[in-house]
Amino acid sequence: MNPFGNYKTVISARATDKEILKKAQDGGIVSAAYIYGLESKLLDGVIVANTEDGFNAAPKVATTPEEVLNAAGTKYTVSPNVSVLKDAVREYALEKVGIVGTPCQVQAIRKLIKYPMGFRHTDSKIALVMGIFCMENFSYEGMKAIVEEYAGIRMDDVLKTDIGKGKFWVYSKYGDVKSVKLKDTHMYEQKSCHICTDYTAELADISTGSVGSPDGWSTIFIRTEKGEAYINKMVEAGVLETKNIDDVKPGLDLVQKLSLQKKEKNEKEIVQRRELGLPVPY
Amino acid sequence: MVKIAHIHMSGCTGCLISLTDTYEKLLDILGSVELVYALTLADEKTEITETDDKILIERKIPEGIDIALVEGSVCLDDHHSMDDILTTRKNSKIVVALGACAASGGVTRFARGGQMSQPSHASFVPIGDVIKVDLALPGCPPSTESIVKLLTAALEGDMEYLEPFAEIAKYGKDACGCDVIKEVINKSLCMGCGTCAAACQVNAIDMVEGKPNINSEFCIKCGICSAQCPRVRFPEIIRKLE
Repeated sequence: MNPFGNYKTVISARATDKEILKKAQDGGIVSAAYIYGLESKLLDGVIVANTEDGFNAAPKVATTPEEVLNAAGTKYTVSPNVSVLKDAVREYALEKVGIVGTPCQVQAIRKLIKYPMGFRHTDSKIALVMGIFCMENFSYEGMKAIVEEYAGIRMDDVLKTDIGKGKFWVYSKYGDVKSVKLKDTHMYEQKSCHICTDYTAELADISTGSVGSPDGWSTIFIRTEKGEAYINKMVEAGVLETKNIDDVKPGLDLVQKLSLQKKEKNEKEIVQRRELGLPVPY
Repeated sequence: MVKIAHIHMSGCTGCLISLTDTYEKLLDILGSVELVYALTLADEKTEITETDDKILIERKIPEGIDIALVEGSVCLDDHHSMDDILTTRKNSKIVVALGACAASGGVTRFARGGQMSQPSHASFVPIGDVIKVDLALPGCPPSTESIVKLLTAALEGDMEYLEPFAEIAKYGKDACGCDVIKEVINKSLCMGCGTCAAACQVNAIDMVEGKPNINSEFCIKCGICSAQCPRVRFPEIIRKLE
């Protein structure tokens, strides 16, 4: 089983801007790429998963670095980023749009590029597709149950959430840090995630996630020529600090382990659903 | 030379506008095809029949069409409409249902007759209810890019690319926003990407808590939401990057 899909190179990296690192989940790769894109005019607008009231997530078209920074950080709840893509082109009149998504959302973007039935004059405006590593997602109410019932922190008071070391971590605005065992969170996972066999966003131009790199750094898969040119420009401009993936701990082996775990577990689920006569994407 | 015809049934001409809106891309295609029949785009070829009591001047659908792009639904109460669609099938190798009305009935599904200027015209059905359809491209109208991609694939014989359109021709005649409810949400497949909401051309879909909420009062039964959903159909061809 191919764990990562096609890619050209894989590196470990982090943003050089301290402001970005302060707000970002790990290495700040998405924020740095977006801000660099807006400032260098490689992009004229980007789609972000914005943080709303009560630590909910919702898609937003951002056209300034401030808006990008405000949306930084992982929400672990559904943000239907593709839903605002046509608005970005029509209402914001954007010509070069950056879009980020989970692996399933990146698949949706690739499908609409290949089959743009209801997307008039849209696919040619997508300038950069970024993907983030993803094991599964929670609905908002599911995450609220984890945060409020299990961790005992009000959603309005959440500063940051994180998954690491087998736990779901919640950081409150008042300095509390609570954790919930991941096995207690499983029942709140979106069941639709269980037929997804893509962990590293295999169809993105660039995919990124914390797994495989040290704390504060991210792993980046560069998959397309467009993605390669973009990362090279970022490195030349000095907005990205990079390391060879073979020189960092825990390294690519961990990414491979988690990716294969997701693929094998969800392949089984697909077989089971087929046996029951239930449809799966084909 | 591949002969292409645009056949106009009961539709608003929006699909024809979308076809012409391809500008230079259409010119690329026109270089390798012969447009034998199309409103405004091709010269009118009329047939004149003279009898004792009258002279009949008719616009005739030509023979030997390779690809017929049919826009609009069929009015069962109108014999001209019935003649045209049957002639189109008889004279064409490939019939494409171009757009929502031809593919699934679209907004014409809501027609119920009794209106000026043809009060007796009440029954409008997708062309697949009357003839065999080879490929159906949903959308109201389908995007210019998708028309060009479909035509290019048809000219190149790229059956892998065309497969989803052949499937919609077979199963997509009753398309509706509720397909997303029945086939995606009810089947535990919806992960909340929002493609259906962005694709919907009449803003009948809102994303609520990350999932689509279908406003069936607005839905025109074009089927673009489920056709565009990556969780209904994800052709292998999409996985080929660069």
